[in-house]
Amino acid sequence: MTATENAGTPPTDDAPVPDPNAVQITVNGVAHTARKGQLVIEAAADAGVYIPRFCYHERMTPVGKCRMCLVEADSGRGPAVTVSCMVPVMPDMKVETESPMAKRMQEGVLELLLANHPLDCPVCDKGGECPLQDQTMTHGPGESRFVEEKRHYEKPIPISDLVFLDRERCILCDRCTRFADEVAGDALIHFISRGNTTQVMTFPDEPFASYFSGNTVQICPVGALTAKPYRFKARPWDLEEIESTCTTCAVGCRTVVQSSRDELLRSQGVDSDPVNWGWMCDKGRFGFEAVRTERVTEPLVRTAHGLEPTGWNAALRSAVQLIEDGKLAAGPSAVAVIGGARGSNEDAFAWARLAHDVIDTPHVYAQMGDGLPVGMLAMPRATIDDTAAASTIVLLGPDLKEELPVLYLRVRDAVQKRRVRIVEFTPRESGLTSLAWKSAVYEPGGQVEAVRAALADPEIADQLAAGPVVVIAGRSNLAESSGATVQAVQTLLAGVPGATVLPAFRRGNVVGALQVGMRPRPGGLDTRGILQAAADGKIECLVLVGADPLADFPDTDLARRALAGARRIVSVDTHLSASAQHADVVLPAAAFGEKSGTTTNLEGRVTTLGRKVTAAGTSRPDWMIATAIARGLGTDLGFRSVDDVTDAIARMVDGYEGVTRDALADSADGVLSAPPATIAAIDPVEVEVPVRNSYDYRLVVTRKLYDAGVTVSNSPSLAHLAPGQRVHLHPLDVERVGVQPGADVRVSSSRSAAVMRVEADPTVLRGTAWIAFNQPGGNVGDLIDSTAIVTDVRIENL
Amino acid sequence: MSSYPWAAGYIDDGDRPKIVTSRFHLEDGYTLERYQATGGYDGLRRALAKSPAEVHDEVRGATILGRGGAGFPAGTKWGLMPADKYPRYLVVNGDESEPGTYKDRLLMERDPHQLIEGCLIAAYAAGLAQVFLYIRGEMPLAHERVGQALNEAYAAGYVGTNILGTDFSVDIVLHWGAGAYVVGEETALIESLEGKRGEPRLKPPFFPAAIGLYGQPTIVNNVETLSNLPWLLVNGMEAYTAIGTQTSPGTRMVAVSGHVNRPGVYEIVNGTTTFRDLLYGDEFCQGIRNGNELKAFVPGGGSAPWFTPEQLDLPFEGRLVGAAGSMLGSGAIMVMDHTTDIPAAALTLTHFYAAESCGQCTPCREGGTWLERVLSRIVDGNGTPADLDQLLEIGESICPGAFPHASSSALGLEATPFPYKMTTICFVGPSAYAPVHSALTLFRSEFEAKITRRNSIPVTAVHATPETAGAH
Ligand SMILES: Cc1cc2nc3c(=O)[nH]c(=O)nc-3n(C[C@H](O)[C@H](O)[C@H](O)COP(=O)(O)O)c2cc1C
Ligand code: SF4
Ligand code: SF4
Ligand code: SF4
Ligand code: FES
Repeated sequence: MTATENAGTPPTDDAPVPDPNAVQITVNGVAHTARKGQLVIEAAADAGVYIPRFCYHERMTPVGKCRMCLVEADSGRGPAVTVSCMVPVMPDMKVETESPMAKRMQEGVLELLLANHPLDCPVCDKGGECPLQDQTMTHGPGESRFVEEKRHYEKPIPISDLVFLDRERCILCDRCTRFADEVAGDALIHFISRGNTTQVMTFPDEPFASYFSGNTVQICPVGALTAKPYRFKARPWDLEEIESTCTTCAVGCRTVVQSSRDELLRSQGVDSDPVNWGWMCDKGRFGFEAVRTERVTEPLVRTAHGLEPTGWNAALRSAVQLIEDGKLAAGPSAVAVIGGARGSNEDAFAWARLAHDVIDTPHVYAQMGDGLPVGMLAMPRATIDDTAAASTIVLLGPDLKEELPVLYLRVRDAVQKRRVRIVEFTPRESGLTSLAWKSAVYEPGGQVEAVRAALADPEIADQLAAGPVVVIAGRSNLAESSGATVQAVQTLLAGVPGATVLPAFRRGNVVGALQVGMRPRPGGLDTRGILQAAADGKIECLVLVGADPLADFPDTDLARRALAGARRIVSVDTHLSASAQHADVVLPAAAFGEKSGTTTNLEGRVTTLGRKVTAAGTSRPDWMIATAIARGLGTDLGFRSVDDVTDAIARMVDGYEGVTRDALADSADGVLSAPPATIAAIDPVEVEVPVRNSYDYRLVVTRKLYDAGVTVSNSPSLAHLAPGQRVHLHPLDVERVGVQPGADVRVSSSRSAAVMRVEADPTVLRGTAWIAFNQPGGNVGDLIDSTAIVTDVRIENL
Repeated sequence: MSSYPWAAGYIDDGDRPKIVTSRFHLEDGYTLERYQATGGYDGLRRALAKSPAEVHDEVRGATILGRGGAGFPAGTKWGLMPADKYPRYLVVNGDESEPGTYKDRLLMERDPHQLIEGCLIAAYAAGLAQVFLYIRGEMPLAHERVGQALNEAYAAGYVGTNILGTDFSVDIVLHWGAGAYVVGEETALIESLEGKRGEPRLKPPFFPAAIGLYGQPTIVNNVETLSNLPWLLVNGMEAYTAIGTQTSPGTRMVAVSGHVNRPGVYEIVNGTTTFRDLLYGDEFCQGIRNGNELKAFVPGGGSAPWFTPEQLDLPFEGRLVGAAGSMLGSGAIMVMDHTTDIPAAALTLTHFYAAESCGQCTPCREGGTWLERVLSRIVDGNGTPADLDQLLEIGESICPGAFPHASSSALGLEATPFPYKMTTICFVGPSAYAPVHSALTLFRSEFEAKITRRNSIPVTAVHATPETAGAH
C-alpha cells in the first residue's frame, strides 16, 4: 500500500467511524438512524411507522398537496406542523405521527376528502384495494358529518381510448397529472378550474393519448381512473396473482399478473429498482388480452382440406416425420430453426438443444432480420442502471419510445433528473430528440459519417471524455442492412475507449434466446440466410418457433418466397399467424401467463415468469414441445419439468452459472447473466453506401408501438390504436411530389410498388421517406430488399 | 383640496408627510416630464453614485416593512439570497386583490415612474439581473400607465443597458395577470410568471429568495414597498426613520371601505396612527355613517381576524396588532356598523376565499367550500344548533389548535395572539376560516338567533341548493 492510498483510508482503530450520512431522529419516541436528506415519511417507514399519504409516490417528485401526511416534528424550536413527504429529516428531529395534534390533522384531512367523495365503493373497481378506503379505516374520523350536497359531475368520461375518469371520485392528488408530465413527458392531463370545482381534464379535443396511460390507473389512490380492459371485470378480493416479467419487449418490466376464474384480467407494474420502477407501457400492460383471443387451441395438420385439428400424438408424429424427412432428403443442414425470442429461456434452451444436438443443424436463429448481429452481445455490456448513471448516452438505434418504452422512461428520467446528456444519431426525429443534447439526423447509410463528424467535434469529444459513456445500439431502420449501424457502433467504440453497450434488441427474450443457444453454429446461417436458402429451394424443413417471418422479417417478398420454397414447414405458435398458415403442422404453444420459467432482458438480467392461468386448449410450453420432438427423434433431453431446464441452463450455459433457481428465489430484481464467451465479436465492418439518385427518396422504416403484430391485433383494447400505413415526407418534399398532404401517392422500389397516403412531416429529413412497419393494411415490407445496403424509393403523384 | 378627480378614492386632507403619494395631486404626475420636474430619478442617480452594498445598507437601516401583507423588512429580505447564485430576479407584486385593498392600483396609475425607479434601485442594490412587473389583469389603466412609463424610461436611458452612462444594466418586463386572487401569493405569482397554473409552492423548500423564478434566487416585493425607495434615497435613512416609530417607520397606505363617512385611500404615519384616528379623525374617515355605532372592523384585509371597538386605540403597529389577535396585512380596513348582519358578512368573505382556493390542498379546497355551505345554510335560515360547533370543527381541520381572535371584555375573552398553525400550503385556506372564527367567537348570539328563529325543519329535509359543480 502506498502512502497516498493510506492517507485516503479512514483510521482503523476500534472507535466506530461516524457515518456522515446518518441522522439521528426519534419517531414516536423511538430512536432511529435515518439517512441525510431522507424525507420524514420515508425515514418513519424505515422505522416501522407508516404515515398515511395520497399524493406522495416514491418515484415522483413530492408535491405536498393532499396534506394527508401531516405530522408534528420538533427540530429544536417546538413541535411544528410538518409535511412529512416534503421535509427532510434534521439532526435530533422528534417526529410525532400519533400525537393528538397529528391525529387531529390526519382525521381532519380524511374527513374533508370524504366530504365530497361519492362512496360508491360497492360499484367501484378500486373497492377492496383502495388507499382511501384503507386509510379511512385506520386513520379516519369514523363518520362523516357532511350533510351538504356533494359535487356532481358526469360519471366516467373517457380521457383516452384506454382510460376513463370519474371526477366525483377524484381526490385531486396530482399523481396522474404528475406522472403524465414528469415521468411520461405527455403533459396531456392537467387540473382546470379552481376551488371546489378543480378537476383533472384533458385539453379540448386532445385525448390523453400516451403510451404510458395505464400507469395513471395503477397509481390513482382511488377509483377515479379506470382502464377499459379491466373496468368492472372483477373485484380485488376475487383476484389471484403471481409475479412475473413482461415479455412483450426486451426491457422485461416486472409485473404482477392477476386472474380470476382462470382468466387473465390485469397486469400491474412491480417496482424493480434496476428495471422498471413500477412502470409499464400500455402495450405490455394490456397486451394480455391477446392471450385469450384467437388462440390456436389444438394441434393442426395439413390435409387435402387445409389445416385440420388433430391430437398431440398424431401432430408430434407428423412434426418428427417432417424433420426426419427433411434430414433424409438433404442432410441435417437442410433443416433450419427460426425463433425462440418470444418464449422463455427454457423454451429457447430446449429448442437450441433439439436443433443443435438432436437435429444437428447449424442454421438456428432467434432474430428476425430486424435486429443487429448476435456479435453485438459480445461487446462490453452496460445495464440500464449503468446507462442512467452515465455521463453521456449515445443513441444509435431505434426510437426507444416506440420499441422499448420503459427504457425510454428510464433514459428520460436520467436526462431530466440526473442531467445525463444524450448524443443521438437517428434517421428521423425520435421520442428522445427533444431531450437530446445533440441530435444528428442522418440519411440512411450516413450514420458512420455522422459518428465520425461527432467524434471530430471538440465540444462533443469533450463531453464523451468527461465521464462514462453508454451506447444504446440497435436497428434503427428496417429498410437498411444492419451493416452501416454496426460500422457506426464500431467507429464510436474505437473513438471512445471504455464505452459500454446496452443492446437495444427488441423482442421479449431475444437476448436470452441468443445467449442460451438459439444462434447459428460456425457455418450456420442467420435468418436472412435461412430464408434465402429456403427461397432457393435448399431448405427441406423449416421450423418456426413463435416466428412469423411474413409479419416480422423486413423483406416480405423474400419471406413469402421462403415459405413457398421450403419443402416442409413446422410451426409452433400461440396464434395462427400469417406464416403459420403456410405450415404443414402447427403445434399450439402456451402463452405469457400460462407457463413458468425465466426470461432474460436486454441487459442480460434473468427474472422469473409466473404461470397464472391454464394454457389455452391443449397448448403446451415450447420447451415441452421441443422435448417431445427430441424424444420422437430418439433423444431424451432429460427435461421432466421446467425446473430441470432452468437447472440445465445454469449448469451448461456460459454466463448463466450464477442464474440458479436459488439465486432467483433470493433476488427480487433477478440475476444478471454474462454474455457467453462463445459469442464471437463482430469483425470490423466496412459498408459502401451507394449514392442516392436525387429523384429518389431513401427509405426509413421503423416500428411504432402499436402495429399489426400478434399482441396488438389480438388485444381488442389496443388493436385500433395502430396508426395505419402512411408515407411521411418533409413538407417541402410533399410539395416537390406535387400533391397535397393526405393524398394518395405511389411509392415504388426496385422490388414493388404500393399506393398509400402521404403526410407532411417536418420531423422527416429531406430526401428521405418514413413509413411505419407492419401496420394494418400495410405492405411496406414488399418494398424492402434485405440484400441491399439501403432502399431507395420513387414517390409519384397518381 | 382633499381629493382629485384623476385619483378617485385618494384623500390627502391634513398636513401629513407624504412619501409615496407626493405626486397624486398632479394631474400629469404619471408622465416622465412631470416626474423629472418633481425630482424624479434623483433617487436612482444617488443610488448609482454609491456602491450597491451602501444602498442595500440604507434600505436595511430604514426598515421598510413589506406592504404586501407579511410585513417583512425589505432590506433583510434582499440579504437572504445565497451569495453565489446568479442570475437573481426581482418580481414586483402588482396583483393586488386582497378584499378591501386598492392602493397599489393607485400607485401604478398615478406614479408609475416612482415604481420603476424603485425597481431600479432595488435591482442595483441587490444585484438583480431582470425585473418582472406582474400587474393584475383587471387593472387596464395601471397596465397602460406602467407600460407607457416604461417606454419613456427606456427611451430616456433609465432602463436598459448602461443606465445613465454607468455599467449598470437591467431590463424590466411587464406581465399581465389572468385574474386569480391566489396569484398574489408570491410563489403562485412565480408559477404564473413561468406560464404555469397559479398554485402556491411549498415553503420549504421554495422560499423565493433561495429558489424562485426559474429556480433562481428571486426577490418578490410589493408595489408600495418599492415605491418607497426613491424618496428614501433622496432624503436618506434618518429622514425616513424620523417618521413613524422605530419598529414601523415611514408611512403606509391604507384603504378604508365600509360604513364610514369618508372611505378612501390615505397615506398615514406608520406605527403611531391609531384605528380610532383613522376611523373617526377629521382628516381621515370622519366617523361612522349616519352616526351609527361601530360594530366591528377588519384591520388588515379580508384575511385578518376582526376587531371590535375595544381595539380602536391600537396603533398601526404589526406586533401590537398581532398580540391583540389580528394582523395589518395589506392595509385594508373594512368597517361594519351596527346594522351589519354578521353571519352574512362572514359568508361574503368566506365565499370569496373558498371560490379563490387554487384547489391543490385538501383542507382549503374542501374545507373552504364546506364552511361556505354551512354558513350559507345558516344565513338562509336553515341552520341547526350543531352547525356552529361544526364550523369550528371544520376550521380546526384547516387551522389545528388555537386560532387568533381579539379580546372582548363583554364576553370575558382574552385575546389569542398570532400566529396560528395551519394544515394548508398557503394562507387562503385559513383566510376562509378567519371571518367565520371571528364572527362566531365575537358574535355567536347572532348565529344562534338565525338558527332559533328559522322554521324548524329537519336537516334531512333541507333541499340543499342543487348547486352542481361548475356553477360558481
Ligand atoms: C393569499 C395571498 C395573497 C396575497 N396577495 C398579495 C397581493 O395581492 N399583493 C401583494 O403585494 N402581496 C400579496 N401577498 C403577499 C405576498 O405573498 C408577498 O409576501 C409580498 O408580495 C411580498 O412583498 P413585500 O415584502 O414587499 O410585502 C399575498 C399573500 C397571500 C398568502
Ligand atoms: S384521478 Fe386519481 S390520480 Fe388523478 S388526481 Fe384524481 S385521485 Fe389523483
Ligand atoms: S416496456 Fe416492454 S417489458 Fe415493459 S411493459 Fe412495455 S412491453 Fe412490457
Ligand atoms: S391553501 Fe388554498 S389557495 Fe393555498 S395552496 Fe392550498 S388550496 Fe391553494
Ligand atoms: S402525502 Fe404528503 S401532502 Fe400528500
